Amino acid sequence: MDAFKKHSGVVMPLDRVNVDTDQIIPKQFLKRVERDGYEDFLFFDWRFNEDGTPNKDFVLNHPGYNDASVLVAGRNFGCGSSREHAPWALQQYGFKAIISPSYADIFYNNCFQNGLLPVTLDEVSVAHITAQAKEIPGYAVTVDLENCVVSDNEGFQVSFSLDEFKQYCLLNGLDDIGITLQDEGAISAFEAKRQG
Amino acid sequence: MPGKTMFEKIWDAHVVSEEAGKPSVIYVDLHLVHEVTSNQAFDGLRLAKRGVRRPDLTMATADHDIPTTDRSKPIEDPIAVQQLEHLANDTKEFNIQFADMHSPLNGIVHVVGPEQGHTQPGKVIVCGDSHTATHGAFGAFALGIGTSEVEHVLATQTLRQTKHKTMQVDVDGPLPFGVTPKDLILAIIGKIGIAGGTGHVIEYTGQAIREMSMEGRMTVCNMSIEGGARAGMVAPDEKTFEYMRGRANVPQGEAFDEAVERWKLLPSDDDAVYDAVVTIDAASLEPHMTWGTNPGQVISITGAVPDPSSYPDPADRESAERALAYMGLEANTPMTEIPIDRVFIGSCTNSRIEDLRAAAAVAKGKKVSSSVGAMVVPGSYNIKQQAEAEGLDKIFTDAGFEWRNAGCSMCLAMNPDHLEPGERSASTSNRNFEGRQGKGGRTHLVSPEMAAAAAIAGHFVDIRDWPGV
Repeated sequence: MDAFKKHSGVVMPLDRVNVDTDQIIPKQFLKRVERDGYEDFLFFDWRFNEDGTPNKDFVLNHPGYNDASVLVAGRNFGCGSSREHAPWALQQYGFKAIISPSYADIFYNNCFQNGLLPVTLDEVSVAHITAQAKEIPGYAVTVDLENCVVSDNEGFQVSFSLDEFKQYCLLNGLDDIGITLQDEGAISAFEAKRQG
Repeated sequence: MPGKTMFEKIWDAHVVSEEAGKPSVIYVDLHLVHEVTSNQAFDGLRLAKRGVRRPDLTMATADHDIPTTDRSKPIEDPIAVQQLEHLANDTKEFNIQFADMHSPLNGIVHVVGPEQGHTQPGKVIVCGDSHTATHGAFGAFALGIGTSEVEHVLATQTLRQTKHKTMQVDVDGPLPFGVTPKDLILAIIGKIGIAGGTGHVIEYTGQAIREMSMEGRMTVCNMSIEGGARAGMVAPDEKTFEYMRGRANVPQGEAFDEAVERWKLLPSDDDAVYDAVVTIDAASLEPHMTWGTNPGQVISITGAVPDPSSYPDPADRESAERALAYMGLEANTPMTEIPIDRVFIGSCTNSRIEDLRAAAAVAKGKKVSSSVGAMVVPGSYNIKQQAEAEGLDKIFTDAGFEWRNAGCSMCLAMNPDHLEPGERSASTSNRNFEGRQGKGGRTHLVSPEMAAAAAIAGHFVDIRDWPGV
């Protein structure tokens, strides 16, 4: 897994609440057995018209956000299905961080497994960043995971918090399985105790 | 010190290691696997040259991609074939029990687990599927996980978790006439909201839950995720034990009695404290259905499509406006006046024998409306067999329903069963998200009884007015 320390990038506003993982990546793409190649399917049903042409009304297709790498969205982002294809698609499209007032639990966990940082900020800060991203062409923020701060060049700065262990693993790009296997002795002991 | 909740008891019994500032390592008793969320996990194992630690605690079934039509014919979708073959090869290589679509053990993962006795009180159960909460109906801690976590469980038989908060949803009094477990869970989600349970494990308690069958409890627990919860659970009792007695993979004879004594210790202590408590007055409940594009957008069957301007929160208002536009609905339309095109009776929420019996009782001797296409998809091969032995298939087909083979089917339309753009369904499944049952499809979630009645009437009906109910 790639480490995440600090990232600066253009912000794309997805000004909707309760964006579910069925929207982030519809089911027809979950039949693929690969772990990559999902970028073209991100937000597929919102992004493309029936005839396959880009839906110009959808924010992802606005030219100003072509280079966006930070997604700001309304509360309860990533609700619904546990499909890890959702963070894969977001990340493979080019998003490095998400900013939202809240996330669904499974999606939130899945992001950390893949080096995609879901930043939780208060509603007011999210509304501010969303408004700026809509109004200012090329509006960018810096997400600093070491110091847990989101800032921009306009003087905006806000801190965020997250589980320290998740922060540590992401900063160092650590593989969860590798960490757990260091506890192999404890797992064996647990199994032995249960059988006894 | 206060007593423990059932969740805390199960958690404490499964801690492999814990260290301040780190998530705990929790042992997993049962890992259920299906074709859609496991391929990349097995590939990850191979890449890292890791094995499956406990194939004996792992079981796989094919359910999402498989056709519900004639299974003697080859699957037409080559991508689905590839995914199913991947799981067949993975389970063979790693020595895991796999019920492919021709196996008598096949069915929806959350239906076959309990049916075959793998699901037991006190277990920690995981699956790469958000509806894993279903198994909590037996007093297990069952949660959905992502593919990376599936790989973690395969490799270590454990999961890294930070202890969740607890929420008690107490349903006071008996369910009134015509109100089913599906109506109850829809009403609960409507009350707490689709993120109301975030970070929490819900324990459902109260008279209505105690009087509910195991099938009903599974329906309620199944949709815990739709209220944002990490898991849902119900304390085991005599109903649980009677349901389990004699099933394959359950201790038999004296060993069963001993197990029951252990399971009886699981229910939350009287002085246990939950982090949150929600009380539902069962007497106030009516049959429910969804009107919008998330499972929290629910209303009583006697109600009307809400007017978005009635929402004080601007985000909720906009969300309601978007939902009405997508659903092709006008505010203030009575729910019983909404015509439908399709009916789906099935899914891990409502495809068990009791659901099929309830739907058949409504459909018996009647005919599906000429404007409606309706199908019944049993949850497992066994349920299909049982329903056929009881003559339910005949009742359905005489009424004009299609009688299909088991699978997830049109709950999420990964197989060929789907809505066409603009088609409106009455569905017993669990999600009404945009495009869930097919791009442009419009889903209303209802109980099996209301789905069957809607198929016959051609529009939604208040099941309490149905002749003979």
